[in-house]
Amino acid sequence: MQSSSSLLEKLPLTPLSKPAKGAMGKTGSWRTLKPVIDLNKCTKCGLCWLYCPEATVIFTKEEGPKIDYVYCKGCGICAEECPAKAIDMVREF
Amino acid sequence: MTILGLPEEEYIMSGNASCPGCGAALALRHVLKALGKRTVLVIPACCTSVIQGLYPRSGIGVPVLNMAFEATGAAASGVVAALKAKGKDDITVVGWAGDGGTADIGIQALSGAAERKTDFIYICYDNEAYMNTGIQRSGATPYGALTTTTPVLGKKEHKKDMPMIMAAHKIPYVATATSGYPKDLYEKVKRAKELKGEGTKYLHILSPCPPGWRYDSKLTVKISKLAVETGLWILYEIDRGKFKLSGPSKRLLDPSKRKPVEEYLKLQGRFRGLSDEDIREIQRWVDENWKNIEKMMETE
Ligand SMILES: Cc1ncc(C[n+]2csc(CCOP(=O)(O)OP(=O)(O)O)c2C)c(N)n1
Ligand code: SF4
Ligand SMILES: [Mg+2]
Repeated sequence: MQSSSSLLEKLPLTPLSKPAKGAMGKTGSWRTLKPVIDLNKCTKCGLCWLYCPEATVIFTKEEGPKIDYVYCKGCGICAEECPAKAIDMVREF
Repeated sequence: MTILGLPEEEYIMSGNASCPGCGAALALRHVLKALGKRTVLVIPACCTSVIQGLYPRSGIGVPVLNMAFEATGAAASGVVAALKAKGKDDITVVGWAGDGGTADIGIQALSGAAERKTDFIYICYDNEAYMNTGIQRSGATPYGALTTTTPVLGKKEHKKDMPMIMAAHKIPYVATATSGYPKDLYEKVKRAKELKGEGTKYLHILSPCPPGWRYDSKLTVKISKLAVETGLWILYEIDRGKFKLSGPSKRLLDPSKRKPVEEYLKLQGRFRGLSDEDIREIQRWVDENWKNIEKMMETE
């Protein structure tokens, strides 16, 4: 175990926060509905990526969209805006 | 690398504290794509200071100076002066504040900064109430909206025209935008950034808020677009004094091209108490705003 004084020395001088994912924790646990993408219907237009407020849609032109379920809050915007209707909102439990 | 013409880099970190479907978070994500890494944000008390999340992490990928509610314009002026003294001229200073922090308590500090030609970008994200403290009315709350301080009857006054107040300061750039048109927003922030050295640039972004406006979080983009399509929210730029409609608003000068305001209002619980007379009053207000735009375009 570390002594409390050595822990104190490791704290920054000012309360400076550093950018990192999960500043509010694993926000995927907030979800009641989960977006599930049917890649057979998906045309890889990228609109789900464009409109995600949370930056939880990872998109490449080759592979299309993938959702980061650790942080996706399940707002449903991607499913609502998908022109190909390729995203379903499915109950979590 | 770009996707749909926008940079792939993200400066909004996933797992921040914004509500599901937050229009302000969506707008900030694209604003930061346009601004890039060499940016300092000044953020007063508002939802965004909450969105940052809890120490020791920050949900925003650029340096942020958290400031008192009323002081964004003054604090940003200080940051601009400090960077100048240090000879750092490649950093964009941006004030990012809510409608309460801009149209109400922060208007004095902002007006002073603009009048002094402070070289920064000021962005008001407008969710049309004091959301962070529980949906109290602001000067930017629209007519008829229910808030916790305008219960039962809804607000009786129309929205304060903040972008035009800023235009009256004769600053080099004023623009309006909304979360549902990220590309339009991105281009406007880029333009504001380009005008570095010319004084204060002002952007006003209508940002739908699911809990405050009382709608299902999936509708944020739809409602944002309807605000424009009904003509309630007009997209424009005033670039070095030259007024120009932008995006879908360009084809809406003709009233027959505008959707009826009901289409926007009926999706939101905050407008559930409107009478037919109230709806007519809102439509009248929208049509009058457009007449003023028309007059302004004629005199140019
Ligand atoms: C001088 C002062 N008065 C009141 C508050 C409490 N307060 C914190 S945030 C806020 C509302 C912010 O509203 P707005 O600027 O519209 O941002 P939003 O929360 O809607 O994003 C209030 C009243 C404060 N921090 N300081
Ligand atoms: S209250 Fe509204 S503006 Fe604030 S974080 Fe939630 S959705 Fe966004
Ligand atoms: Mg607000």
